[in-house]
Amino acid sequence: MTSELVGRAVLGWRVAELVESWPETASARALVLGVPDWPGHRAGQHVDLRLTGPDGYTTERSYSLASPAARSPGGWRLQLVVQRVQDGEVSPYLTDVFAAGNLIEVRGPIGGWFVWSPREGGGAPVLLVAGGSGIVPLMSMIRERRFRRDRTPFRLVYSLRTQADELFADELNRPGIGDGGVETFVVRTREDSPRSGRPAGRISAADLAAWGWPADFAPRCFVCGPTGFVEEVARLLLSLGHSPDDIKTERFGPSGP
Amino acid sequence: MAVLTPGFRGRPRSEHALPPGQYEVTDFPVLSAGPTPRVPTDTWTLTVTDETGRRREWSWAEFTALPQERPTVDLHCVTRWSKFGTSWKGVSLDTLFADVETSAGFVLVGCDGGYTTNLPVSDLLGGKAWIAHTYEGSPLAPVHGGPARLLVPHLYLWKSAKWVRSIQLVTQDVPGFWEQLGYHDRGDPWREQRYQGDQ
Repeated sequence: MTSELVGRAVLGWRVAELVESWPETASARALVLGVPDWPGHRAGQHVDLRLTGPDGYTTERSYSLASPAARSPGGWRLQLVVQRVQDGEVSPYLTDVFAAGNLIEVRGPIGGWFVWSPREGGGAPVLLVAGGSGIVPLMSMIRERRFRRDRTPFRLVYSLRTQADELFADELNRPGIGDGGVETFVVRTREDSPRSGRPAGRISAADLAAWGWPADFAPRCFVCGPTGFVEEVARLLLSLGHSPDDIKTERFGPSGP
Repeated sequence: MAVLTPGFRGRPRSEHALPPGQYEVTDFPVLSAGPTPRVPTDTWTLTVTDETGRRREWSWAEFTALPQERPTVDLHCVTRWSKFGTSWKGVSLDTLFADVETSAGFVLVGCDGGYTTNLPVSDLLGGKAWIAHTYEGSPLAPVHGGPARLLVPHLYLWKSAKWVRSIQLVTQDVPGFWEQLGYHDRGDPWREQRYQGDQ
Protein backbone atom coordinates (compact mmCIF):
# COMPACT_ATOMS: atom_id res chain seq x y z
CA MET A 1 0.00 0.00 0.00
CA THR A 2 1.19 3.48 -0.74
CA SER A 3 -0.32 6.47 0.95
CA GLU A 4 -2.07 8.67 -1.57
CA LEU A 5 -0.80 12.00 -0.25
CA VAL A 6 0.34 13.42 2.96
CA GLY A 7 -2.32 11.90 5.21
CA ARG A 8 -5.28 13.91 6.26
CA ALA A 9 -4.57 12.75 9.76
CA VAL A 10 -1.87 14.42 11.80
CA LEU A 11 1.46 13.60 10.30
CA GLY A 12 3.50 12.78 13.35
CA TRP A 13 7.21 12.41 13.99
CA ARG A 14 8.49 8.83 13.96
CA VAL A 15 11.75 7.52 15.28
CA ALA A 16 14.06 6.10 12.61
CA GLU A 17 17.35 4.24 12.98
CA LEU A 18 20.34 4.49 10.66
CA VAL A 19 20.77 0.91 9.46
CA GLU A 20 23.31 1.41 6.68
CA SER A 21 25.32 4.13 4.94
CA TRP A 22 28.04 4.48 2.34
CA PRO A 23 29.83 7.27 0.48
CA GLU A 24 28.10 7.94 -2.86
CA THR A 25 30.74 10.49 -3.90
CA ALA A 26 33.54 12.32 -2.06
CA SER A 27 31.00 14.81 -0.70
CA ALA A 28 27.74 12.83 -0.59
CA ARG A 29 26.70 10.04 1.74
CA ALA A 30 23.80 7.66 1.21
CA LEU A 31 21.80 6.95 4.37
CA VAL A 32 19.36 4.09 4.82
CA LEU A 33 16.87 4.66 7.64
CA GLY A 34 14.80 1.89 9.14
CA VAL A 35 11.31 3.15 10.02
CA PRO A 36 9.23 0.29 11.44
CA ASP A 37 5.88 2.12 11.32
CA TRP A 38 6.38 3.95 7.99
CA PRO A 39 2.98 4.39 6.24
CA GLY A 40 4.44 4.09 2.71
CA HIS A 41 5.09 6.82 0.15
CA ARG A 42 5.06 7.59 -3.57
CA ALA A 43 8.09 7.85 -5.82
CA GLY A 44 9.28 11.46 -5.78
CA GLN A 45 8.16 12.37 -2.26
CA HIS A 46 10.39 13.69 0.51
CA VAL A 47 10.72 13.50 4.28
CA ASP A 48 11.48 15.97 7.04
CA LEU A 49 14.25 15.06 9.47
CA ARG A 50 14.45 16.53 12.98
CA LEU A 51 17.78 16.67 14.81
CA THR A 52 18.04 17.22 18.55
CA GLY A 53 21.03 18.61 20.42
CA PRO A 54 22.06 17.78 23.99
CA ASP A 55 20.35 20.94 25.32
CA GLY A 56 17.06 20.06 23.62
CA TYR A 57 17.63 22.42 20.67
CA THR A 58 16.03 21.03 17.51
CA THR A 59 16.32 21.83 13.84
CA GLU A 60 14.66 20.35 10.78
CA ARG A 61 15.60 19.74 7.14
CA SER A 62 13.88 18.15 4.13
CA TYR A 63 15.43 15.38 2.03
CA SER A 64 14.07 13.63 -1.04
CA LEU A 65 13.69 9.87 -0.93
CA ALA A 66 15.62 7.72 -3.41
CA SER A 67 13.71 4.56 -2.43
CA PRO A 68 10.89 3.02 -4.39
CA ALA A 69 7.56 2.83 -2.59
CA ALA A 70 8.34 -0.72 -1.55
CA ARG A 71 8.65 -2.41 1.80
CA SER A 72 11.74 -4.59 2.13
CA PRO A 73 11.51 -8.01 3.79
CA GLY A 74 13.14 -6.44 6.84
CA GLY A 75 10.59 -3.63 7.04
CA TRP A 76 10.55 -0.12 5.61
CA ARG A 77 13.95 1.15 4.51
CA LEU A 78 14.19 4.77 3.37
CA GLN A 79 17.22 5.83 1.37
CA LEU A 80 18.31 9.42 1.07
CA VAL A 81 21.49 11.13 -0.04
CA VAL A 82 23.06 13.98 1.93
CA GLN A 83 25.44 16.35 0.16
CA ARG A 84 27.93 17.90 2.58
CA VAL A 85 27.63 21.69 2.73
CA GLN A 86 30.82 23.21 4.18
CA ASP A 87 30.06 25.03 7.45
CA GLY A 88 26.55 23.65 7.35
CA GLU A 89 24.63 23.16 10.56
CA VAL A 90 23.13 19.79 9.65
CA SER A 91 24.73 18.17 6.60
CA PRO A 92 28.26 17.71 8.07
CA TYR A 93 26.68 15.92 11.03
CA LEU A 94 24.72 13.61 8.73
CA THR A 95 27.70 12.91 6.44
CA ASP A 96 30.44 12.59 9.08
CA VAL A 97 29.04 11.88 12.57
CA PHE A 98 25.64 10.17 12.40
CA ALA A 99 26.44 6.47 12.86
CA ALA A 100 24.75 3.12 12.34
CA GLY A 101 22.36 2.42 15.20
CA ASN A 102 21.83 6.14 15.94
CA LEU A 103 18.25 7.42 16.04
CA ILE A 104 16.71 10.42 14.27
CA GLU A 105 13.14 11.66 13.93
CA VAL A 106 11.44 11.54 10.55
CA ARG A 107 8.13 12.94 9.34
CA GLY A 108 6.40 12.15 6.09
CA PRO A 109 5.81 11.32 3.37
CA ILE A 110 5.51 14.89 2.07
CA GLY A 111 4.63 16.30 -1.34
CA GLY A 112 2.00 14.93 -3.70
CA TRP A 113 2.81 16.87 -6.87
CA PHE A 114 6.29 15.83 -7.98
CA VAL A 115 5.40 12.13 -7.95
CA TRP A 116 5.16 9.31 -10.45
CA SER A 117 3.29 6.04 -10.35
CA PRO A 118 2.82 3.44 -13.08
CA ARG A 119 -0.92 3.87 -13.40
CA GLU A 120 -0.67 7.57 -14.21
CA GLY A 121 -0.49 9.26 -17.56
CA GLY A 122 -2.05 6.61 -19.79
CA GLY A 123 1.27 5.19 -20.94
CA ALA A 124 2.78 8.52 -22.01
CA PRO A 125 6.58 8.32 -21.93
CA VAL A 126 8.47 9.98 -19.13
CA LEU A 127 11.39 12.38 -19.35
CA LEU A 128 13.47 12.85 -16.22
CA VAL A 129 15.94 15.75 -16.16
CA ALA A 130 18.28 15.95 -13.17
CA GLY A 131 20.78 18.58 -12.14
CA GLY A 132 23.27 17.41 -9.50
CA SER A 133 21.54 15.97 -6.45
CA GLY A 134 18.22 16.56 -8.22
CA ILE A 135 18.71 12.96 -9.36
CA VAL A 136 17.51 11.65 -5.98
CA PRO A 137 13.70 11.83 -6.37
CA LEU A 138 14.06 10.82 -10.04
CA MET A 139 16.00 7.71 -8.98
CA SER A 140 13.03 6.87 -6.77
CA MET A 141 10.85 6.91 -9.90
CA ILE A 142 13.26 4.68 -11.87
CA ARG A 143 13.36 2.20 -8.98
CA GLU A 144 9.57 2.34 -8.59
CA ARG A 145 9.20 1.50 -12.30
CA ARG A 146 11.55 -1.47 -11.85
CA PHE A 147 9.87 -2.69 -8.68
CA ARG A 148 6.38 -2.52 -10.21
CA ARG A 149 7.59 -4.23 -13.42
CA ASP A 150 6.24 -1.24 -15.32
CA ARG A 151 7.18 -0.79 -19.00
CA THR A 152 6.63 2.95 -19.43
CA PRO A 153 9.45 4.31 -21.65
CA PHE A 154 11.78 6.43 -19.52
CA ARG A 155 14.57 8.74 -20.58
CA LEU A 156 16.88 10.36 -18.05
CA VAL A 157 19.11 13.32 -18.86
CA TYR A 158 21.45 13.82 -15.90
CA SER A 159 23.59 16.93 -15.72
CA LEU A 160 26.56 17.09 -13.38
CA ARG A 161 29.88 18.87 -13.13
CA THR A 162 32.26 15.92 -13.47
CA GLN A 163 32.08 12.15 -13.42
CA ALA A 164 33.23 12.21 -9.81
CA ASP A 165 29.95 13.92 -8.85
CA GLU A 166 27.74 11.17 -10.27
CA LEU A 167 25.27 9.67 -7.80
CA PHE A 168 24.00 6.10 -8.33
CA ALA A 169 26.69 5.65 -10.99
CA ASP A 170 26.74 1.83 -10.88
CA GLU A 171 22.98 1.53 -10.98
CA LEU A 172 22.64 3.94 -13.91
CA ASN A 173 25.60 2.69 -15.95
CA ARG A 174 24.84 -1.01 -15.57
CA PRO A 175 21.07 -1.09 -15.65
CA GLY A 176 19.65 -4.11 -13.91
CA ILE A 177 16.85 -6.46 -14.80
CA GLY A 178 13.66 -4.46 -15.11
CA ASP A 179 15.42 -1.34 -16.37
CA GLY A 180 14.89 -2.20 -20.04
CA GLY A 181 13.31 0.87 -21.57
CA VAL A 182 15.18 3.30 -19.32
CA GLU A 183 17.71 5.27 -21.38
CA THR A 184 20.23 7.42 -19.54
CA PHE A 185 22.32 10.25 -20.95
CA VAL A 186 24.84 12.09 -18.80
CA VAL A 187 25.71 15.73 -19.50
CA ARG A 188 28.95 16.92 -17.91
CA THR A 189 29.29 20.65 -17.55
CA ARG A 190 32.99 20.87 -16.63
CA GLU A 191 34.65 18.05 -18.52
CA ASP A 192 34.31 16.34 -21.89
CA SER A 193 32.43 13.04 -22.05
CA PRO A 194 34.74 10.69 -23.93
CA ARG A 195 32.13 7.98 -24.40
CA SER A 196 29.51 10.17 -26.08
CA GLY A 197 32.00 12.67 -27.50
CA ARG A 198 30.05 15.52 -25.92
CA PRO A 199 32.28 18.48 -25.00
CA ALA A 200 31.99 20.08 -21.56
CA GLY A 201 29.12 22.53 -21.30
CA ARG A 202 25.77 23.27 -19.80
CA ILE A 203 22.66 21.41 -20.88
CA SER A 204 21.29 22.71 -24.16
CA ALA A 205 18.22 22.48 -26.38
CA ALA A 206 20.28 20.14 -28.60
CA ASP A 207 20.87 17.77 -25.66
CA LEU A 208 17.18 17.69 -24.80
CA ALA A 209 16.16 17.30 -28.45
CA ALA A 210 18.60 14.40 -28.94
CA TRP A 211 18.11 12.60 -25.64
CA GLY A 212 14.62 13.60 -24.55
CA TRP A 213 11.34 12.76 -26.28
CA PRO A 214 9.80 14.67 -29.18
CA ALA A 215 7.16 17.10 -27.93
CA ASP A 216 4.64 15.28 -30.19
CA PHE A 217 4.85 12.29 -27.83
CA ALA A 218 3.54 14.53 -25.01
CA PRO A 219 5.91 12.99 -22.46
CA ARG A 220 5.48 13.80 -18.81
CA CYS A 221 8.57 15.76 -17.78
CA PHE A 222 10.02 15.85 -14.28
CA VAL A 223 12.82 18.36 -13.76
CA CYS A 224 14.73 18.56 -10.48
CA GLY A 225 17.87 20.41 -9.47
CA PRO A 226 19.17 23.83 -8.45
CA THR A 227 16.94 26.79 -9.30
CA GLY A 228 18.97 28.13 -12.23
CA PHE A 229 19.16 24.67 -13.80
CA VAL A 230 15.45 23.97 -13.42
CA GLU A 231 14.53 27.39 -14.76
CA GLU A 232 16.72 26.88 -17.84
CA VAL A 233 15.56 23.31 -18.54
CA ALA A 234 11.89 24.30 -18.21
CA ARG A 235 12.50 27.18 -20.63
CA LEU A 236 14.26 24.86 -23.11
CA LEU A 237 11.46 22.28 -22.93
CA LEU A 238 8.88 24.98 -23.64
CA SER A 239 10.99 26.19 -26.59
CA LEU A 240 11.03 22.62 -27.96
CA GLY A 241 7.23 22.61 -27.94
CA HIS A 242 6.43 20.80 -24.70
CA SER A 243 3.30 21.96 -22.91
CA PRO A 244 3.77 23.71 -19.57
CA ASP A 245 1.04 21.38 -18.25
CA ASP A 246 3.36 18.40 -18.85
CA ILE A 247 6.35 19.86 -16.98
CA LYS A 248 6.64 19.33 -13.24
CA THR A 249 9.51 20.97 -11.44
CA GLU A 250 11.14 20.64 -8.08
CA ARG A 251 13.80 23.15 -7.23
CA PHE A 252 16.43 22.42 -4.65
CA GLY A 253 17.14 25.78 -3.20
CA PRO A 254 20.40 25.90 -1.39
CA SER A 255 18.77 23.24 0.73
CA GLY A 256 19.69 24.52 4.11
CA PRO A 257 23.02 24.98 5.78
CA MET B 1 13.60 7.13 25.09
CA ALA B 2 17.04 6.56 23.59
CA VAL B 3 19.09 9.60 22.67
CA LEU B 4 18.24 11.14 19.32
CA THR B 5 21.02 12.28 16.95
CA PRO B 6 23.89 11.79 19.45
CA GLY B 7 26.79 14.11 18.76
CA PHE B 8 24.65 16.74 17.04
CA ARG B 9 25.71 20.21 18.20
CA GLY B 10 23.52 22.48 16.13
CA ARG B 11 23.03 26.14 16.77
CA PRO B 12 20.43 28.54 15.51
CA ARG B 13 22.54 30.90 13.39
CA SER B 14 20.33 33.91 13.37
CA GLU B 15 20.00 37.10 15.36
CA HIS B 16 16.28 37.06 14.58
CA ALA B 17 13.52 35.20 16.35
CA LEU B 18 12.85 32.22 14.10
CA PRO B 19 9.53 30.37 13.89
CA PRO B 20 9.82 26.74 15.02
CA GLY B 21 11.74 24.53 12.59
CA GLN B 22 13.03 27.43 10.47
CA TYR B 23 16.57 28.61 9.69
CA GLU B 24 17.76 31.92 8.24
CA VAL B 25 18.92 32.44 4.66
CA THR B 26 20.25 35.59 3.03
CA ASP B 27 19.66 34.60 -0.60
CA PHE B 28 16.16 34.26 -2.08
CA PRO B 29 15.41 30.61 -2.95
CA VAL B 30 12.85 29.86 -5.66
CA LEU B 31 10.26 27.11 -5.35
CA SER B 32 7.55 26.46 -7.91
CA ALA B 33 5.71 23.46 -9.25
CA GLY B 34 6.17 24.13 -12.96
CA PRO B 35 7.72 26.42 -15.55
CA THR B 36 7.81 30.15 -14.80
CA PRO B 37 5.02 32.00 -16.66
CA ARG B 38 6.12 35.10 -18.58
CA VAL B 39 3.22 37.51 -18.40
CA PRO B 40 3.17 40.79 -20.34
CA THR B 41 1.69 43.68 -18.37
CA ASP B 42 -0.22 45.08 -21.37
CA THR B 43 -2.72 42.19 -21.21
CA TRP B 44 -2.49 41.66 -17.43
CA THR B 45 -5.59 42.20 -15.31
CA LEU B 46 -6.43 41.58 -11.68
CA THR B 47 -9.98 40.61 -10.79
CA VAL B 48 -11.79 40.42 -7.47
CA THR B 49 -15.09 38.52 -7.66
CA ASP B 50 -17.49 38.46 -4.72
CA GLU B 51 -19.77 35.59 -3.74
CA THR B 52 -22.64 37.04 -5.81
CA GLY B 53 -20.47 36.96 -8.93
CA ARG B 54 -19.90 40.72 -9.07
CA ARG B 55 -16.46 41.41 -10.59
CA ARG B 56 -14.02 44.27 -10.17
CA GLU B 57 -11.15 44.40 -12.60
CA TRP B 58 -7.99 46.48 -12.82
CA SER B 59 -5.65 46.78 -15.77
CA TRP B 60 -1.92 47.14 -15.06
CA ALA B 61 -2.19 50.91 -15.49
CA GLU B 62 -5.20 51.12 -13.15
CA PHE B 63 -3.59 48.83 -10.60
CA THR B 64 -0.30 50.75 -10.49
CA ALA B 65 -2.25 54.02 -10.18
CA LEU B 66 -3.85 52.86 -6.90
CA PRO B 67 -2.34 54.07 -3.60
CA GLN B 68 0.97 52.25 -3.08
CA GLU B 69 2.49 50.96 0.16
CA ARG B 70 6.08 49.95 0.93
CA PRO B 71 6.12 47.13 3.49
CA THR B 72 9.35 45.68 4.86
CA VAL B 73 8.55 42.15 6.01
CA ASP B 74 10.02 38.77 6.95
CA LEU B 75 9.34 35.71 4.78
CA HIS B 76 8.93 32.14 6.06
CA CYS B 77 8.84 29.25 3.57
CA VAL B 78 7.43 25.88 4.61
CA THR B 79 10.61 24.31 3.20
CA ARG B 80 12.24 25.85 6.32
CA TRP B 81 14.05 28.93 5.13
CA SER B 82 13.24 32.33 6.58
CA LYS B 83 14.42 35.61 5.07
CA PHE B 84 14.35 38.78 7.12
CA GLY B 85 13.80 42.44 6.25
CA THR B 86 12.62 42.17 2.63
CA SER B 87 11.31 45.40 1.06
CA TRP B 88 8.37 45.47 -1.31
CA LYS B 89 6.06 47.92 -3.03
CA GLY B 90 2.48 47.17 -3.86
CA VAL B 91 -1.21 47.70 -3.22
CA SER B 92 -2.78 46.76 0.10
CA LEU B 93 -5.66 44.30 -0.02
CA ASP B 94 -7.52 46.85 2.13
CA THR B 95 -7.37 49.20 -0.87
CA LEU B 96 -8.58 46.55 -3.33
CA PHE B 97 -11.42 45.51 -1.02
CA ALA B 98 -12.39 49.08 -0.01
CA ASP B 99 -15.76 49.01 -1.80
CA VAL B 100 -16.33 45.25 -1.81
CA GLU B 101 -19.47 44.28 0.09
CA THR B 102 -19.09 40.69 1.21
CA SER B 103 -19.98 38.33 3.99
CA ALA B 104 -17.74 35.58 2.58
CA GLY B 105 -15.18 34.24 5.01
CA PHE B 106 -12.59 32.90 2.54
CA VAL B 107 -10.88 33.54 -0.76
CA LEU B 108 -9.51 31.28 -3.48
CA VAL B 109 -6.62 32.98 -5.25
CA GLY B 110 -5.93 32.10 -8.92
CA CYS B 111 -2.72 32.59 -10.89
CA ASP B 112 -1.14 32.34 -14.31
CA GLY B 113 0.12 28.78 -14.68
CA GLY B 114 -2.90 27.38 -12.85
CA TYR B 115 -1.73 27.70 -9.24
CA THR B 116 -4.36 28.32 -6.57
CA THR B 117 -4.31 28.86 -2.81
CA ASN B 118 -7.00 29.49 -0.21
CA LEU B 119 -6.98 31.96 2.69
CA PRO B 120 -9.40 33.35 5.26
CA VAL B 121 -10.45 36.93 4.40
CA SER B 122 -9.32 37.93 7.90
CA ASP B 123 -5.72 37.12 6.89
CA LEU B 124 -5.88 39.55 3.96
CA LEU B 125 -7.32 42.68 5.63
CA GLY B 126 -6.05 45.04 8.31
CA GLY B 127 -2.66 45.91 6.79
CA LYS B 128 -1.49 42.29 6.58
CA ALA B 129 -1.45 41.59 2.82
CA TRP B 130 -0.51 43.23 -0.47
CA ILE B 131 -0.35 42.61 -4.21
CA ALA B 132 3.33 43.39 -4.71
CA HIS B 133 4.99 44.33 -8.00
CA THR B 134 8.36 45.69 -6.82
CA TYR B 135 11.05 43.93 -4.78
CA GLU B 136 14.06 45.77 -3.31
CA GLY B 137 13.42 48.70 -5.65
CA SER B 138 13.21 46.72 -8.92
CA PRO B 139 10.28 45.25 -10.85
CA LEU B 140 9.51 41.82 -9.39
CA ALA B 141 11.28 39.15 -11.48
CA PRO B 142 9.11 36.47 -13.12
CA VAL B 143 10.88 33.72 -11.16
CA HIS B 144 9.70 35.39 -7.92
CA GLY B 145 6.15 35.87 -9.21
CA GLY B 146 6.39 39.00 -11.34
CA PRO B 147 4.73 41.01 -12.66
CA ALA B 148 2.73 40.79 -9.42
CA ARG B 149 2.32 38.37 -6.54
CA LEU B 150 0.24 38.18 -3.43
CA LEU B 151 2.29 38.94 -0.30
CA VAL B 152 0.93 37.62 3.00
CA PRO B 153 4.09 37.53 5.09
CA HIS B 154 2.55 36.34 8.36
CA LEU B 155 1.68 32.99 6.72
CA TYR B 156 3.98 30.42 5.04
CA LEU B 157 5.10 31.69 1.67
CA TRP B 158 3.09 29.25 -0.46
CA LYS B 159 0.08 31.42 0.46
CA SER B 160 1.83 34.43 -1.14
CA ALA B 161 0.79 33.24 -4.59
CA LYS B 162 3.07 34.17 -7.50
CA TRP B 163 1.68 35.47 -10.82
CA VAL B 164 -1.62 36.36 -9.12
CA ARG B 165 -4.56 37.23 -11.42
CA SER B 166 -7.78 36.61 -9.51
CA ILE B 167 -9.25 36.64 -6.02
CA GLN B 168 -12.56 34.84 -5.64
CA LEU B 169 -14.56 35.39 -2.44
CA VAL B 170 -16.19 32.16 -1.27
CA THR B 171 -18.46 31.32 1.64
CA GLN B 172 -16.91 27.85 2.09
CA ASP B 173 -13.16 27.26 2.42
CA VAL B 174 -11.99 25.46 -0.77
CA PRO B 175 -8.51 23.92 -0.65
CA GLY B 176 -6.05 25.24 -3.24
CA PHE B 177 -3.16 23.52 -5.04
CA TRP B 178 -0.84 22.63 -2.14
CA GLU B 179 -3.70 22.40 0.33
CA GLN B 180 -5.24 19.56 -1.73
CA LEU B 181 -1.83 17.88 -1.61
CA GLY B 182 -1.72 17.78 2.16
CA TYR B 183 -0.53 21.21 3.23
CA HIS B 184 -2.31 23.19 5.92
CA ASP B 185 -5.34 25.35 5.15
CA ARG B 186 -4.01 28.33 7.12
CA GLY B 187 -0.24 27.90 7.40
CA ASP B 188 0.79 30.03 10.40
CA PRO B 189 4.59 29.61 10.76
CA TRP B 190 4.57 30.59 14.45
CA ARG B 191 2.19 27.70 15.16
CA GLU B 192 4.11 25.51 12.70
CA GLN B 193 0.99 24.71 10.69
CA ARG B 194 2.82 22.96 7.84
CA TYR B 195 0.62 19.99 6.98
CA GLN B 196 -3.05 19.04 7.20
CA GLY B 197 -3.85 18.15 10.77
CA ASP B 198 -1.16 20.33 12.37
CA GLN B 199 -2.88 22.23 15.17
